[in-house]
Amino acid sequence: MKPLAISASTLATAIGAGREATLAALRSQRTGLAPVRFEQLPLSTWTGEVEGVDAIALPNGLAEFDCRNNRLAWLGLQCDGFVDAVSAARARWGAGRIGVFLGTSTSGLLQTERAYRRRDANGALPADFHYGPTQNTYSLADFVARALRLDGPGWVVSTACSSSAKVFGNAARLIDAGLIDAAVVGGVDSLCLTTLYGFNSLELLSSDICRPWDAARNGLSIGEAAAFALVERDASAPQGWLLGIGESNDGHHMSTPHPEGAGAIAAIQQALAEAGLAAGDIDYINLHGTATPSNDAAEDRAVATVFGTTTPCSSTKGATGHTLGAAGGVEALISMLAIEHGLMPAGLNLRKRDPSLRMSYLTDNRSAPVRRVLSNSFGFGGSNASLVFGGVA
Amino acid sequence: MNGLRVFVQGIGLLGPGLVSWESARAILRGEQAYVSVPTVLPPPARLPAAERRRAGAAVKLALAVADEAVAQADVDPATLATVFTSSSGEGANCHALCETLASPTPMVSPTRFTNSVHNAAAGCWHIAVASRASSTSLCAFDGSFGAGLIEAASLVRASGAPLLLVASDSPYPEPLHATRPLPDHFGTALHLAPQRDARTIAELTISLRAAPCEFSTCDDPALDALRRGIPAARALPLLVTLAQARAPGQLVIEALPRLHVQIDLA
Repeated sequence: MKPLAISASTLATAIGAGREATLAALRSQRTGLAPVRFEQLPLSTWTGEVEGVDAIALPNGLAEFDCRNNRLAWLGLQCDGFVDAVSAARARWGAGRIGVFLGTSTSGLLQTERAYRRRDANGALPADFHYGPTQNTYSLADFVARALRLDGPGWVVSTACSSSAKVFGNAARLIDAGLIDAAVVGGVDSLCLTTLYGFNSLELLSSDICRPWDAARNGLSIGEAAAFALVERDASAPQGWLLGIGESNDGHHMSTPHPEGAGAIAAIQQALAEAGLAAGDIDYINLHGTATPSNDAAEDRAVATVFGTTTPCSSTKGATGHTLGAAGGVEALISMLAIEHGLMPAGLNLRKRDPSLRMSYLTDNRSAPVRRVLSNSFGFGGSNASLVFGGVA
Repeated sequence: MNGLRVFVQGIGLLGPGLVSWESARAILRGEQAYVSVPTVLPPPARLPAAERRRAGAAVKLALAVADEAVAQADVDPATLATVFTSSSGEGANCHALCETLASPTPMVSPTRFTNSVHNAAAGCWHIAVASRASSTSLCAFDGSFGAGLIEAASLVRASGAPLLLVASDSPYPEPLHATRPLPDHFGTALHLAPQRDARTIAELTISLRAAPCEFSTCDDPALDALRRGIPAARALPLLVTLAQARAPGQLVIEALPRLHVQIDLA
């Protein structure tokens, strides 16, 4: 594919809001995970909650969109001069030539969960519940397009935990086809009861802090995040480039990865092929690395099959938690920070490496030139996406 | 004009009074009166018995129309990429989860949680046909069909390979139904190829059209009520045109408030 310029980006996770705060947390190997406080749930688990979401007020005229997910989106958009960068792109290309493609898994579902507790005597939901602008999966892209005054094509990709990796492909294809010139891509997912109790019911939540690649890992810690990137047909001073994207399906099981990582291998190989790169051209791999026993084992096999075992890699979910539909976007932007600052971030919370996993997993930060990064995102329904990013040099 | 060209090779359809593409063509051509009868969802024959029992309405609907389109196009679904687009997922499932989560001690069913993802139908289809080809699942509320069509056509252009587009919507039970009143199930599937061959039904060129502008409607008032009532049924003007083999011509599919989708037929 033709490289796609990433001209602005921003993210907000449990380790901080904005690229500077994120970089500082990665440098100091600080986790944002803590025992669950959200809704005072009686669950034995850790979460990556973003500070200050409850206090966010949405912009004038968009009150109907008020829900935790859109508050988190708005919080994220405030950082790193992102709104100004989008305004400049709007002036350059026109509002109708900029698309909005975002990923989420649960959108504003928390609003519905709360409304179900306030049903009246006839079982009806309260009048202040607005389905379309909150619960509906499209709510996120609708809100962001209105808040940023963009009129191009827009939709939400909802393929569970690969959602906000796949949106880079939407933008790349429509820009290449000439239908648009730029797009806001990324993802937002926020804490809600469905995912916390749902992963708990599948026995995929760790009661401890999540420990990717650890011999005793026993599940994930759920996080929440907003991540946005402005991609353009060309840019005079881009932060970096999207070089390739690969997408595949496992066709195996709804909630368990293919044991040999067959679908993951296909996605990784396609991403490399699209980038015109060989496995040896990748300096660092940001793993999906959820810390469930099955994900890390299957991913280790898949990555080792393509790269051999020596390429440095890590999962940053020990810092941010698994931000589900936002994870692809978050990790794309962490990959960009890795390139810009020559920082391969450590995988946190590891006590004893799983000896059956063969990849060169980083347990400490490594400073080294990082020219190209591969980022993996895999989701329920067997959905896989891999992205390759490169620096400006 | 910047447009994405695709060739329709197979069509699937299921909705109120429209039990399959094959049987509905006479209705869409206006040769037979349209009578709205509640949609009956067939059991998904492709799924293994255990999965078939677990399959909810959204999965049954999507798989039924996908099956019909693939059969008509006479292609092997194991190598076919897919785009699934829907305004919402499994409504009954969502209701059951919200109901238990409103109780003091929620007992969440792992199966219900797994099937609550928007890409449940896509996941089921790819498992059923053992396909590792790429798949995406989209939502653009009432504009979901238009979004799916743009994405599908751009994927066909980028990959040079055929693809299956599935657009489907199922209603929620109460109390969510009152806040999102979809009257019934409606689904359609299009097998889209990058080149014309002996099976080609129509050639479509897809482009964007800034709104507000005139968009296509159905002449039959009952069919147009269906078009307005269910997001996936916004495909009906295209399906009517395809049934009538009335080309060349131009359609505008109602999509987003500020953007519609233009289809030039040749």
